[in-house]
Amino acid sequence: MRLEMQKRQSPSQAMSLLSPVLAIILTLLTGAIMFSLLGFNPGKALYVYFVEPLLDPWSLQELVVKASPLILIAVGLTICYRSNNWNIGAEGQFTIGAICGSVLPIMFPDFQNYAVFPIMLAMGAIGGALFAYIPALLKNRFATNEILTSLMLTYVALLLLDFIVRGPWKDPEGYNFPESRLFHSYAQAPSLFEGGRMHIGALFAVIAAIVVFVLFIRTLKGFEIKVIGETPRAGNFAGFSKERMTVFAFLVSGALTGLAGILEVSGPIGQLRPTISPGYGFTAIIVAFLGRLNPIGAIFAGLLLALSYLGGEAAQVDLGISEKTAKAFQGILLFYVLACDTLIHYRIRIVFSNKTQVKEVA
Amino acid sequence: MRKLFAAAAAVALGLTASLGAQAADKTKVGFVYVGPVGDMGWSYQHDQGRQAIEKKFGDKVETTFVESVSEGPDAERVIEKLARAGNNIIFTTSFGYMNPTLKVAAKYPDVKFEHATGYKRADNVSTYGARFYEGRYILGQIAAKMTKTKTIGYIGATPIPEVVRGINSFMLGAQSIDPELKVKIIWINSWFDPGKEADAAKALIDQGADILVQHTDSAAPLQVAAERGVLGFGQASDQIKFAPKNQLTAIVDHWDEYYISRVQAVMDGTWKSEDTWGGFDKEMVHMAEFTNMPEDVAKMAAETEAKIKSGELHPFKGPIYKQDGTLVVKEGETLDDGTLLGMNWYVKGIDGKVPE
Repeated sequence: MRLEMQKRQSPSQAMSLLSPVLAIILTLLTGAIMFSLLGFNPGKALYVYFVEPLLDPWSLQELVVKASPLILIAVGLTICYRSNNWNIGAEGQFTIGAICGSVLPIMFPDFQNYAVFPIMLAMGAIGGALFAYIPALLKNRFATNEILTSLMLTYVALLLLDFIVRGPWKDPEGYNFPESRLFHSYAQAPSLFEGGRMHIGALFAVIAAIVVFVLFIRTLKGFEIKVIGETPRAGNFAGFSKERMTVFAFLVSGALTGLAGILEVSGPIGQLRPTISPGYGFTAIIVAFLGRLNPIGAIFAGLLLALSYLGGEAAQVDLGISEKTAKAFQGILLFYVLACDTLIHYRIRIVFSNKTQVKEVA
Repeated sequence: MRKLFAAAAAVALGLTASLGAQAADKTKVGFVYVGPVGDMGWSYQHDQGRQAIEKKFGDKVETTFVESVSEGPDAERVIEKLARAGNNIIFTTSFGYMNPTLKVAAKYPDVKFEHATGYKRADNVSTYGARFYEGRYILGQIAAKMTKTKTIGYIGATPIPEVVRGINSFMLGAQSIDPELKVKIIWINSWFDPGKEADAAKALIDQGADILVQHTDSAAPLQVAAERGVLGFGQASDQIKFAPKNQLTAIVDHWDEYYISRVQAVMDGTWKSEDTWGGFDKEMVHMAEFTNMPEDVAKMAAETEAKIKSGELHPFKGPIYKQDGTLVVKEGETLDDGTLLGMNWYVKGIDGKVPE
């Protein structure tokens, strides 16, 4: 006896749309059971987790701050994944973007005027794009697997950051601690609200999502991405170049990710440190898939994932629910989202003997 | 549906009302940890301090902690969340929380903040740290007495002054017994990575080290020592249960008294921003029991501990020479705290150089 996944002939449209809702309901039910088994009031726990962060202007801003880099990176990744380019190295491109964008405020701290911030953004985006270009080049030239190269380059980037904040870019007044000097005010991302942490990065995330969405549905490039992603051979006949697409996807995705990197450093952090990302580049992969490789979907997915982080912290602070439980809850959410999506497109069959298989083969 | 919303709103109101009522008569204390409370090292010891507060003050306090908070952009949000939850005093227990703590403190002038191991203060931000190097001097003496291969393996997290100072203090302690002793150092560039720590430990043993010292947070090096039959020390916490036959002693971070005194100060209204750097004298550093060594070595270690505690002995007493032979402190003087805090050079007798 064994289980088999079988593709459904025509997946239900209604169920496809309802899938995220279904997933959230199942998550809430499982969460309620888990919380009550742990001895917490499930209603209160879920309220603190999912509702409370949405009621307070402060946490709404924090939600956007947390979601912005995720969305910006995920939007770029949708181009890669739709065109069959598996860029797993966003974390590295994020880091290189942050480093390149920080050249001005760290090496030339006396250069202070309104041009600084735009130049930083441009340098961050270019840095991220060039770093993402490496796996694209290797793939086209030597047919290397971009999953491996982009992932390995992430560690190169993280070690490079580690090296420069301990060595050349160490704050001269910082008692040898591995941190750069703090950015001056011209080098900081402008806040959208006085006193809040929400910064201009949120606008970039939304604009990027809309632009890429239009690119997908309204332009020839979008069509090209679709054709190459779904049927590379057909793309070949249509005269589309798979190699050029690989370069395009990695460059755009790297640029958006690098932009996210410099925005994060110039916004919430305000300096370079050995750790500047709690795994944004990897989490954004989940965001991209959660949003079903749709840039607008990525906005919602990014906000949902950000909410699960904030909710986890709120649960620790307000109820004393352990961080492990919060993480498990996040895992349950992702599990149901993926399970619902899969089961709408596939059915599970229990096969009792090998006979059917023999028949099918014959 | 409308009824449901009304009910939810009522619950919400009731919730905030009850929270408000609690805040009035209780002192609320918040903690931010960089690792999991179960790391059996750095964060675990801070949590022991938190529990000591609860034990001491009982109903008069309410403590909250958030664990495994990354030192990047998340830290500021978590600290601010604790401030908004009505905590009166918040302990942020890792160096990387320094700037986020100051940013939040500027927004919440009525909340007191305590940042561990940092150097920036404000009217409502104190800093505190412990002179762990005092313990490392004793480790050096014990290691020098116990080694047969004359080679010590040392695992360092990252070359910040805290760790470099520990290595120097260890070496000075060792040299007070045996000036010929060699120490091999491996940096793993992480504070908590049991896999890397274990690999480093194995590599050091393969290079002839028969005693392991670590300045990283997990018990992995000690476990490797137990497996391979060499001796080692516990770090941050008494880790004897990981290696009952191999732990010689451990430097135990002990925050209980300090935390209790700071919470007491908040209750009394006498809290002031200050910098505390205490060692054996302020009970911030304890030594675990001296085990798996001959009696005379244990006796020597206990005597050194008493001498450091009373101030009779300072690990960094002159003469001290840098690697290139330059004299840093003359005979009869001790190194000042400023130099100790920014230490980025090795004392004579250590091979290799501080990574840049």
